[in-house]
Amino acid sequence: MLAGIGFIAPLLAYLVIFYAYPLYENVSMSLHRFTRATYVTGEAPYAGGDIYREVISSAQFWPTVLQTATFVVVSLVFQYSIGLGLAVFFQRHFPLSVVMRGLFLVPWLLPIIVSATTWQWMMDADSGIINRLIGVVGSDPVWWLNSDNSLWAVIIANIWLGIPFNLVILYSGLQGVPVELYEAAAIDGAGRGRQFWHITLPLLKPVTAVTLLLGFVYTLKVVDIIWIMTTGTGSSQTLATWAYSMAFGKGASAVIKYSEASVIGSILLLVALVMGFVHLFVQRRQEAV
Amino acid sequence: MSRLRSAPGKTLLGLFFTALMLFPVYWMVNVSFTDRAAIRDGMLYPHSFTFDHYRVVIADQLPHLRTSLVVGLGTVVLTLLVAAPAGYALSKLFVPGRRVISFLLIVAQMIPAVVMALGFYSVYSGLGVLNTVPGLILADSTIAVPFGVMLFSAFMRGIPREILEAAHMDGASYWRAFVSIVLPISRNSAVTVGLFAFLWAWSDFLFASTLNRDGGDLRPITMGLYDYIGSQNQEWGKLMATAVLASIPTAILLLLAQRFVSAGLTTGAVKD
Repeated sequence: MLAGIGFIAPLLAYLVIFYAYPLYENVSMSLHRFTRATYVTGEAPYAGGDIYREVISSAQFWPTVLQTATFVVVSLVFQYSIGLGLAVFFQRHFPLSVVMRGLFLVPWLLPIIVSATTWQWMMDADSGIINRLIGVVGSDPVWWLNSDNSLWAVIIANIWLGIPFNLVILYSGLQGVPVELYEAAAIDGAGRGRQFWHITLPLLKPVTAVTLLLGFVYTLKVVDIIWIMTTGTGSSQTLATWAYSMAFGKGASAVIKYSEASVIGSILLLVALVMGFVHLFVQRRQEAV
Repeated sequence: MSRLRSAPGKTLLGLFFTALMLFPVYWMVNVSFTDRAAIRDGMLYPHSFTFDHYRVVIADQLPHLRTSLVVGLGTVVLTLLVAAPAGYALSKLFVPGRRVISFLLIVAQMIPAVVMALGFYSVYSGLGVLNTVPGLILADSTIAVPFGVMLFSAFMRGIPREILEAAHMDGASYWRAFVSIVLPISRNSAVTVGLFAFLWAWSDFLFASTLNRDGGDLRPITMGLYDYIGSQNQEWGKLMATAVLASIPTAILLLLAQRFVSAGLTTGAVKD
């Protein structure tokens, strides 16, 4: 027992100092009116739920929630479907399949700022390669990064970023599906399509649940890809980038608003906690089966 | 018969998908080698080939690359020091409240970095460790520690109890058993955790841009790249050359350690 405590102690100290304390600071800032002057004078009057009410009733709040929801849902749907399609494609080995699967990891391993910069240049309205390709087909150039289209621009880049994660997890999930099931189905005359709907998808359900759950959490957190491409301006502002811009006085918020940023932060924290419980629930159910 | 015929077809189709997926990466490399005057032509290969961007960029970014290396290695050391003993405790020793700790580790991975950054900013400005390398290392380690603990404990659970019991019969202490039996067996897990800790610290933009934004040369390469993005006349050749430099660890990881990468990615997501 003592040994157990001894070995876990560094982690517990770490969690308290580097998680609990900063998070406590975050919540505390959302309940006190922090301004830039606070760091000089040390004064931050207690505001209770006032700042929460102000933020939620501000004109930006609900549109930002809607944009965040769009960003998350559309990203997830495409990341998952494309990832699953590729996982099925790679399910049976063929020449070079292992090498190609390795190469598919690249977007996931690159620093996000690198990918974001590249997408920003590819989506450049005048000389970007994407508009050039569109022009070949005869369409008008799209102003990808202006305020109306920026949400779709960052969604496209984010889908690209998320495909490797989905591919790897779903691929390893597929390895758990017994080959005999497919063989039996083939003998019974089931084609590729029916095998997919009646064997692959149902057996993949537990993996799908976890993939979508983690995907949801990761997508909600995203700041850098959006920030680099559009600084969270226009329709591409999500809750996370809004908090970032208010906390550090950049992009959409020219003024530093610590308390307002912490309010959004605390809301995101609450979502993370709820998702933690959902994760627990999903795991328990899978263990019970 | 049909399988023989379809295999080359699948390879061709696979090559097409891979090319499509990697096109942005190719484009980055292409632009980084294209002469400034020709970049806006959008040629599919660097027809006005030049090393000029790299010449400028390497001189500019060397201090940032050095900082990133220090931050990355520091994060690896700190992460391993905290995560390996905790993994051992959670998998092999009696720890009160073990389920709660495991739950907290999962939630910790779900907390948005922007929330952590806000809290850290407030704490750091009080302590006066804003814009320092150790401050950044501590913040970056929070990305990897929960993951590291989970990966270590998942692996160490598989170490046969008998080996450890035999060691204890021979009079080895828990510390002794940990250092001379558990750690050597867990070498691959340590490599995986270390690789990811390094990669995440190297790639971090959020903590660097908030906790270390006035650190001058003590800012990592991601901030070096961000400086170029922020400047008014965007020099895409230089930008892309810096982006390529910042991608070096990714390339090394893929070439040397691909199996560790896949092992790490599926941790916690797929049960075995």
